[in-house]
Amino acid sequence: MIFIWAFIFAGLMCAIAQIILDNTKFTPGHVTTLFTVLGSFLAFLGVYDKLIATCGGGATTIISNFGYLLYTGALEGYRMYGILGIFSGLLSKGSVAIVGAVVFAGLMTLFFKPKD
Amino acid sequence: MNKEEYLKLVKKHEPKEKRVENTIYAFLIGGTVGFLVEGIIQVLMNIFALSRIDASSWTCLIVIFVSSLFTALGFFDNWMSKGKAGLLIPTTGFAHSVQSSALDYKREGLITGLGSNFFKLAGSVILYGILSAFILVIVRVIVFG
Repeated sequence: MIFIWAFIFAGLMCAIAQIILDNTKFTPGHVTTLFTVLGSFLAFLGVYDKLIATCGGGATTIISNFGYLLYTGALEGYRMYGILGIFSGLLSKGSVAIVGAVVFAGLMTLFFKPKD
Repeated sequence: MNKEEYLKLVKKHEPKEKRVENTIYAFLIGGTVGFLVEGIIQVLMNIFALSRIDASSWTCLIVIFVSSLFTALGFFDNWMSKGKAGLLIPTTGFAHSVQSSALDYKREGLITGLGSNFFKLAGSVILYGILSAFILVIVRVIVFG
């Protein structure tokens, strides 16, 4: 069942993004930023935890998950260390995506050449 | 109906049909990505006995690695333009934007080119993600304690 929900949820988010792209002047940069902010807002409302529980990989693969990770990291940091914890904890969970992208992209750029 | 009227009618209907097609495309491709990611998570959970959170993190890394590699090999740009938002909204879009700006600016030098343009496209995601998460946590702390 979780597979079907993963398919439906990820597909639905992509379809919404495509509708926004086609009908407004937003660029892909606008849309990904919008979805990241939407992810942290859904985490703020407490919806995203439930989405991950029902949709699994469908919810964790979209870029909104990044906003969710930033929000939950900051909130956990606050609960453990107070105000300073917001600053130290904000990137603690989202670090996987940023460091992964930097390390893989950085290393591959050293080995590969641009095509054109 | 003369020719001009006919052409107007054609123009009126053409983009709409493509929009529906694009949306269906985005739904199917995005859904497939979500399905595959869930599959990888299940495999990792069962083989390596990982918790769901750890398996999700490893899967995120795998997706980023694969899309970086495909971008560096040169055929992922083509996929991105065909897959529309179906590959943009998953983590693949984030990794692709970092990798493609890194490759594009490499020829301008390692510091002034690669270094200063590395987050050119993904920078807005990180900036507004951090800002919104910070503000929302402050709001939550003030309102709910």
